[in-house]
Amino acid sequence: MSKYSVIGKRVHRVDGPEKVTGSAKYTFDIVLPNMLYGKVLRSPHPHAKILKIDTRKAEKLIGVKAVVTGKDTPGHKQGIWRRFPELCDEEILCRQKVRYIGDAVAAVAAIDEDTAEEALDLIEVEYEPLSAVFDPLEAIKEEAPQIHDGVDLNINITRHIEWGDVDEAFKKCDHIREDQFKCCSQAHVCMETHDAVASFDYSGKLTMWTSTQSSYYIQRLLADMLDLREGDIRVIKPPTGGGFGSKFELDSAQFCAAVLSMKLCKPVKIVLTREEEFTATKRRTPMYYFVKLGAKRDGTMLAKEVRVITEGGAYTAMGATALYLTGFFSSFPYKYPNYRYDGYRAYTNTAPTSAMRGFGAPQSTFVGESQIDMLADDLGIDPIEIRRKNGMTPNYEVPGQAYIQSCGLHQCLDEIEKHIKKRGKLPPNHGIGISAYGFMSGGIFNWFDTPYAFSAALVRINIDGKVDLFTGACDIGQGSDTTLSMICAEELGVRLEDIRIHAADTGICPADLGAWGSRETLMNGNAVKMAAADAKSQIMEFAAAKMGVNITYDLDIKDGWIHIVNRPERGVSYYDIVKEAIRGRDGNVIIGRGHYTPHRKGMISPAYSFGLQAAEVEVDPETGRYKLLNVTTAHESGTVINPIGIEGQLEGAIMMAGGFGFCEDQPMDEGKILNPSIADYKLIRSLDMPETEILEIDTYEPEGPFGAKEAGEGLTNPTAGAIGNAVYKAVGVRINDLPITPEKVFRALREKEKQGKKSK
Amino acid sequence: MKKELKLTVNGQPYDIYVKPKTLLSEALRDHLGLTGTKRGCNSSSCGACTVVLNGMAVKSCSILALQANGGEVTTVEGLARGTELHPLQKAFLDHGSFQCGFCTSGMLMSSKALLDENPKPTKEQIKEGIDGNICRCTGYNSIIRALTAVVKGEYKEEK
Repeated sequence: MSKYSVIGKRVHRVDGPEKVTGSAKYTFDIVLPNMLYGKVLRSPHPHAKILKIDTRKAEKLIGVKAVVTGKDTPGHKQGIWRRFPELCDEEILCRQKVRYIGDAVAAVAAIDEDTAEEALDLIEVEYEPLSAVFDPLEAIKEEAPQIHDGVDLNINITRHIEWGDVDEAFKKCDHIREDQFKCCSQAHVCMETHDAVASFDYSGKLTMWTSTQSSYYIQRLLADMLDLREGDIRVIKPPTGGGFGSKFELDSAQFCAAVLSMKLCKPVKIVLTREEEFTATKRRTPMYYFVKLGAKRDGTMLAKEVRVITEGGAYTAMGATALYLTGFFSSFPYKYPNYRYDGYRAYTNTAPTSAMRGFGAPQSTFVGESQIDMLADDLGIDPIEIRRKNGMTPNYEVPGQAYIQSCGLHQCLDEIEKHIKKRGKLPPNHGIGISAYGFMSGGIFNWFDTPYAFSAALVRINIDGKVDLFTGACDIGQGSDTTLSMICAEELGVRLEDIRIHAADTGICPADLGAWGSRETLMNGNAVKMAAADAKSQIMEFAAAKMGVNITYDLDIKDGWIHIVNRPERGVSYYDIVKEAIRGRDGNVIIGRGHYTPHRKGMISPAYSFGLQAAEVEVDPETGRYKLLNVTTAHESGTVINPIGIEGQLEGAIMMAGGFGFCEDQPMDEGKILNPSIADYKLIRSLDMPETEILEIDTYEPEGPFGAKEAGEGLTNPTAGAIGNAVYKAVGVRINDLPITPEKVFRALREKEKQGKKSK
Repeated sequence: MKKELKLTVNGQPYDIYVKPKTLLSEALRDHLGLTGTKRGCNSSSCGACTVVLNGMAVKSCSILALQANGGEVTTVEGLARGTELHPLQKAFLDHGSFQCGFCTSGMLMSSKALLDENPKPTKEQIKEGIDGNICRCTGYNSIIRALTAVVKGEYKEEK
C-alpha cells in the first residue's frame, strides 16, 4: 500500500469537467449588465514625441461613451520592480513620448467592439518621430538616441555575479574555448489573449476579472497607478487561458479598462486582438552571449566567464530578473569553482522583453550546453562523461549564492546513457544530442516589496466535513488548483472530492505572489500543508478527548478515518468528529492558517530540480530540413504530487522549448514585428511534435511539501541545446544562433563542404 | 441591416437576426450565449473556435454566420448528454489532454469530426486531424493518446 492516499495518484483535474464541457467561464466569456467594450490606440512609431492628441471626432461617434489618454490618469509610471523607482518606467498610456510600435496612447469605450475600433481611427495624434535604435549592441553606443531621460548609453540594468578567482583559474586550464551565441525572441502565444473586465461603481470600489498569473500583483499595481487603496480593488482570476510569464505584470487591457470604467462608472471589457498580443505585450528576452570556458585535459572545468547583453525593449518589465537568472543559471548544473558573469540590459525601441517560461535559463542552457559539447569534442571526451565529471550533487553550495539539497542529476545521466545505448547505432544523418539542466522552485526575491508572506492559505472545515481551501495561487493551466487540493486532502486525511478550492480572488484569498518562477508547488504547497495541519490539529483535540486515548498515542486521519497510528482499526469517523467539534466550539467553524516565506536558503531559491534530456533528429543534408523524432527526458522534481500534471508540463515544455530551438522567432524591420499572427509565427503543431518519453527519477526535497519541488519551467530549459547538439551529431554543423532553422543548417552544410574542398 | 439566420445548434432550432458581417463564432457566442466556442486568433489559424457544421470541422471564425444558414451545428456544449460525458471528454479527463483549456473545445470538435468520418484513424491520421488546432500547453501527445484510447473502444458511449 502506498504511503499516500491522494498524492501520486492519477486523478482528474479539479477544473476538468468544466473545461471539457466548455462551461468554464474565462474572462473572455464574462458579460455584465451595461457593459461597454474598449479598444486601445497604439503608436505606429518606434520612437516619437507626442505633440497633440485630439479625441473630439472620436467622442462624437454614435455609440462611443468615453475616450481617455494619459491625461486622464494620475500620470504615474509602473513597474514590477517596485523597490527601485527608477525601474518603474512604464506609463502604459503614454503622455509625452512613445518608445515602441505598440505603445498605448489612448483608449475608447463604446457599445461594442466594432464601434470602439471605428473610433480609434478618428483619434488624431500628432507625433514628432525621433531617431530610434533597435539592436542592443547599437543602443549602448555614444551616438545612439536616448530612450529614457537620464539613462546614459541606454543601459537599463547591469548585473554582476562572481566567485573564486577566474583569471588565475584560466591560467591553469589546458584548454580554453571562447564562443559567441545569439538567442532569439519568442512569443508566449497564450491561447486566451490578455483581457480584463473592469467594474468601478458608485461605491468607489473597483472589481476586475482578468486573465492573470498574479491577482495580487495586479491589485497592488492598479492601486499604485490609480491612486486607490489596495483594499478598494478586488481582482478575480477566472479560469485563465495560459500565461507562460506574459501575465503577471499590469498590461494595457487591465489598465485602460480600469481607467475607462472609473470615468464612466460602468463595466468595461477589453480583449486584446491576436495581433496586439504579438506586438503590444511582452516577450522572451533576446540575448547576445560571449562565453569563455576553461578545463583541464581530463574535462574538469575550472573556470567560466560569461558576458551577456540583452535586448530590453522599451521598458524594464521583468527583464531585470531575466538578466540576473540567465547569469546565475549559466553556471548550472555544474560545480564551477571559479565563475564570473556580467550582464547588461539595454533599452531599445522594440516591444519590451520580459519573463517567459524558464526566465533567462532556456537561453543560458542553450548556450552552456552547446559549448560544453564543443569542449567535450575538443578534448575527445564523451558528452555524458564530461557532465558526470562536473555535474552538481546533493548538498552542494554554489559559492555565496545558493544551497542545493536534493539533486538527482547523476541518476538522470545514468538513465539517459542507458537510453542512448539501447537506441544502438543510428541510421545515417540521425543524431542524438543531450542537454542537462536545473531550475529553481520559486525565487527568494522581493523586488516587488510585498509586506505579505510569499504564499499563504486558509483551510475552513464545514459542518459536513467538506473543506474550503483559500489560496492566492493562480492556476493558469499548469494545474495548481489540482496539486494544491491534493496536498490539502493528503495532509488533512480526507478525500480529494471533499476539497473545494477558491483561488486567486483578492477579495477572499490571502495575498500571494502568484504563478511565476515555478513557485507554486513548493511555496503554496507548503502554505497549504501548514494550513491543513493547523485545521487538523484542532480536530484532533476533539478526537483525542472523544476517543479517550492515552496521551502517548499518536493520532492520524486517513481517508476520513481518525485513528491511532499503531492500531488503525481503533478510530472514529472524521465526518462525525467535525460535527461535534464545531458544536463544541460554540459553532465556531474550524479554520487553519498557513504561510510560507523562504528563509536561510541562499539568494535564489529554496530548492532546485534537475534533469537531462536527449533529442534525436534526422537531418536532410541536401536541404537542411530536419525532423525532431524523439525527446526523452530523465527528470527529477522530488516527490511527484500530481503525475498527470507533470507529464503535461513536460510534454508541453517540449512543444514550447522545441519551438524556441526549432522555429519560433520574431523577426523585425525597424522595430516592427513582421509575423504578428498565428499563420506567420511558426509553432510546433501536432504533425511536428516528436515522440516523448519520461524517465522519472526518485528524489526527496526536504524543503518541499511531502518532498516535492518544481516541475514547470525547468523543463523548458534543455530542448534547444539538445536539438543543437543533435544536429551537430547528425551532420557535423554547429548553429550558434537560435532558432536552428533549416536555412541555417543548409548554409552551414554548404560552408562546411566549401571548407572541406579547400582543405583537400 | 440585420438578416434572418436559421440555424440548428446542438439539436435546437434557432431563428435570429444578425448583421451580414457577423461571423459564425460571434453568432454562437454573442447571440446564442454558447461561450464554449473560443476565439484565439479570429483569422482561422489557431482552431480554438472549431465547431462541427453539417458533419465537418469548421473554424467558426472563418465563415459568416449567414453562410451557415439552414445548417446544423454542433458545439462543445452539444457533446455531453445531460450529465453523461461524451467518450472524448472522458478520455481527455483521464489522459490530461488539456491544461488551460482554452483550445479544448476546438480540439474536441476537430476530434469528433475526425472520428465521425473515420472511426479507426491511424496515429498519423489522428495527428493530421488535429493539426489545425494549436495547443500551447500540452504538446499534443496526451491528446493523441486520448484519441487512440477512444479509437480502441476504451470509452463506450452509453446508449
